[in-house]
Amino acid sequence: MSSYKIIDHEYDVVVLGAGGSGLRAAVGLSEAGLKTACVSKVFPTRSHTSAAQGGISAALGNMGEDDWRWHMYDTVKGADWLGDQDSIEYLCKEAPAAVLELEKYGVPFSRTEDGKIYQRPFGGMTKNYGNETVQRTCAAADRTGHAILHTLYGQALKHNTEFFIEYFALDLIMKDGACKGLIAWNLNDGTIHRFRSHITIIATGGYGKVYYSATSAHTCTGDGNAMVLRAGLPLQDMEFVQFHPTGIYGHGTLISEGVRGEGGYLVNSKGERFMERYAPKAKDLASRDVVSRSIAVEINEGRGIGKEQDHVHLHIDHLDPKVIEERLPGISEASKLFANVDVTKEPIPVVPTVHYNMGGIPTNYKAEVLTVNGSEKTVPGLMAIGEAACVSVHGANRLGSNSLIDLVVFGRAAAKRAAELIKPGMKHDEIDKSETDRCLERFDKLRNSQGSNPTSELRLSMQKTMQSKCAVFRSEKTLKEGVDEIRKPFESMESLSVKDKSLIFNTDLVETLEFDNLIRQAITTMDSAYHRKESRGAHAREDFPKRDDENYMQHTLSWCNGSKTKINYRPVHRSTLTNDVQYFPPQERVY
Amino acid sequence: MVQFNLPSNSKIKKGQYYKDKTGSKNIRKVNVYRWDPSKNENPRIDTYEVDMDNCSSKVLDILNKIKNEIDPSIAYRRSCAHGVCGSCAMNMNGKNGLACTKSHSELDGDIDIYPLPHLKVLKDLIGDLSTLYKQYESVEPWLKTTKINDKENIQTKEDRAKLDGLYECIMCACCSTSCPSYWWNGEKYLGPAVLLQAYRWIIDSRDEDRKERLKKVADELKLYRCHTILNCTNACPKGLNPAKAIAEIKKMLATA
Repeated sequence: MSSYKIIDHEYDVVVLGAGGSGLRAAVGLSEAGLKTACVSKVFPTRSHTSAAQGGISAALGNMGEDDWRWHMYDTVKGADWLGDQDSIEYLCKEAPAAVLELEKYGVPFSRTEDGKIYQRPFGGMTKNYGNETVQRTCAAADRTGHAILHTLYGQALKHNTEFFIEYFALDLIMKDGACKGLIAWNLNDGTIHRFRSHITIIATGGYGKVYYSATSAHTCTGDGNAMVLRAGLPLQDMEFVQFHPTGIYGHGTLISEGVRGEGGYLVNSKGERFMERYAPKAKDLASRDVVSRSIAVEINEGRGIGKEQDHVHLHIDHLDPKVIEERLPGISEASKLFANVDVTKEPIPVVPTVHYNMGGIPTNYKAEVLTVNGSEKTVPGLMAIGEAACVSVHGANRLGSNSLIDLVVFGRAAAKRAAELIKPGMKHDEIDKSETDRCLERFDKLRNSQGSNPTSELRLSMQKTMQSKCAVFRSEKTLKEGVDEIRKPFESMESLSVKDKSLIFNTDLVETLEFDNLIRQAITTMDSAYHRKESRGAHAREDFPKRDDENYMQHTLSWCNGSKTKINYRPVHRSTLTNDVQYFPPQERVY
Repeated sequence: MVQFNLPSNSKIKKGQYYKDKTGSKNIRKVNVYRWDPSKNENPRIDTYEVDMDNCSSKVLDILNKIKNEIDPSIAYRRSCAHGVCGSCAMNMNGKNGLACTKSHSELDGDIDIYPLPHLKVLKDLIGDLSTLYKQYESVEPWLKTTKINDKENIQTKEDRAKLDGLYECIMCACCSTSCPSYWWNGEKYLGPAVLLQAYRWIIDSRDEDRKERLKKVADELKLYRCHTILNCTNACPKGLNPAKAIAEIKKMLATA
């Protein structure tokens, strides 16, 4: 592999990814005086955090009484009791301070009459342990993620974070089970960069692109997750894929839950507000898995809308156009652009669309990566945050507006923990050349693929399989077929075709590396889903319609080597972090 | 009269012609600017015949179709595909815009796709935005306040409304790269995208550094190279008005 020009770097910490969590971590690390590199395949403000619309949850109580314990209860229940309650306590307790910090950074939050941060109702967010709707979701109109991302980038600039932009990460550097840095490919000039670091923080986001129809960006390919798999470490709870109830029909663009928070509602072909039947109390503001399943049932039972009866309608045309203009301007724009709909006059055609991965790299509440070797163990030198991580605060189903708060709370936690673990300027270990060789061998092999299967065809085949075999409703039959079918595109990589052999902005090769990352996650997702024989949160099995706490109050761990997986489990943490709150024992989940 | 000629290695040549292989009756010709830095060749225009019966509505869908089905080597940036990340800014039939929000039905005739004008091209449709990013950094895009307490800053609805039309900027650079003044003085003139951001912080009621911020941009080159040509406002795919923001800065300086 001597043909590649390798450039070496030494940093105290390397953050991989420059979305909300990566940037928040980078800011904290710089504040702590640690020499930090932030490596990203896209310019920071292009990250997918920018697409988050509705808001960020925190029990500020600006719009009526609120308590972080209520937020915690809602999150535990939303997670269908698969979340670790120590982590959830940390998230909800730290949330208000994290949002106030964002405001201090300059996030242009919408305001209440008395000039405080505006908060809106959101699905599953309630008062007094499930009693009535609460306004907890802090919003900057319907562009909250965009506002937060740009503000955090500004903060990172303020703290002189060193960025390596348009660098595509290839693999982690591991030594004796510890992470020593990573290797990345600089798209700008084609060089290979070896970053040595005492701590590597993965903040690469979700892998929505394993599906055909997703609200996710093209770049949501879970590169960090796949690097972890290749390092011989497991991913957790990969079967839990969130379908957002309202993606624009035919295009997949997200229509924020904030729309229903502001009073929007769903109807079927009979004009019924069908959510009243499925969630008599919360109605359209039940949690996302519940609403998505309800829509799927309406469609399956012939009450869908349109020629194919395959979608439903979301109405906001009854709202005051002034409210729409002030609070939902982005939605109006997206509906016009992608559905040709004037939301003040017509309903928006929507359908459940893949949106978020609850699963990912297992961590504790300090963002340290976990593996299981007899019992739970941390992986030295490795952390994960944001959608890439599975802390697990979202368990089997994430509540809307809990993802943005997850980014900043755990981004901050990772920086804090790193500052406890290491001192600036510590000496770096020698690392063996074999790690670099192994990484570049894969890179070189993919780059020089001369076969007959274009990446785009294999990707499409993977996406169609995931879409049809691992959807809102699953069964033994579909999953068994899925487990077999999803391996075909992996095997077809034996005869892969990559036309562009260059090294500068070779996006043919980028997409191929991304596919190689995606397919491993697709396989672990399908296999994890097959092995979980119960229904919980976003994982709905037609053949096992009930939750089975006796056998499955456990996190799935899946290792993946080639197309072979190994499935194991670790128990859900059944205790809180402190005595400030009591453990919430499992209950029946009704909205 | 002085004659200006492009250097010989910058002249755009005719490139490859990719004939339709699907047998479609609904073909559109798409001409795409191509340049590969690793080959010692001039830029060229490749032409692709695209089957429009099986293509979604936006220009980005055409590019994805070409990349997936005809020519995987074509390079462009793209990410969110719904107009919030700003990656896929390019020049389509002579006008800057986002490929993911631009409907091809709005474009007449053959479709010509070029990188954003007056940027150094890195490859095909990928332009070098590093100067613009540096300039963005120079306006110090973060809140400056000396208040230390554990409550949020109070901002009235009216003061917050002053940020509307500014904070939504996605930094796609469609405006700056459509501005003749930025073309000629791009190293020194901050350009509409960055000045819009400068104004976003100047006008934020929570910021305590307004005077300094104004002083910093009050420069013959940084600010006053704006000659109100208004290409910026015409180009913005988000419907923002950078020209107005620049005018507001000038007004504040004139009346300060």
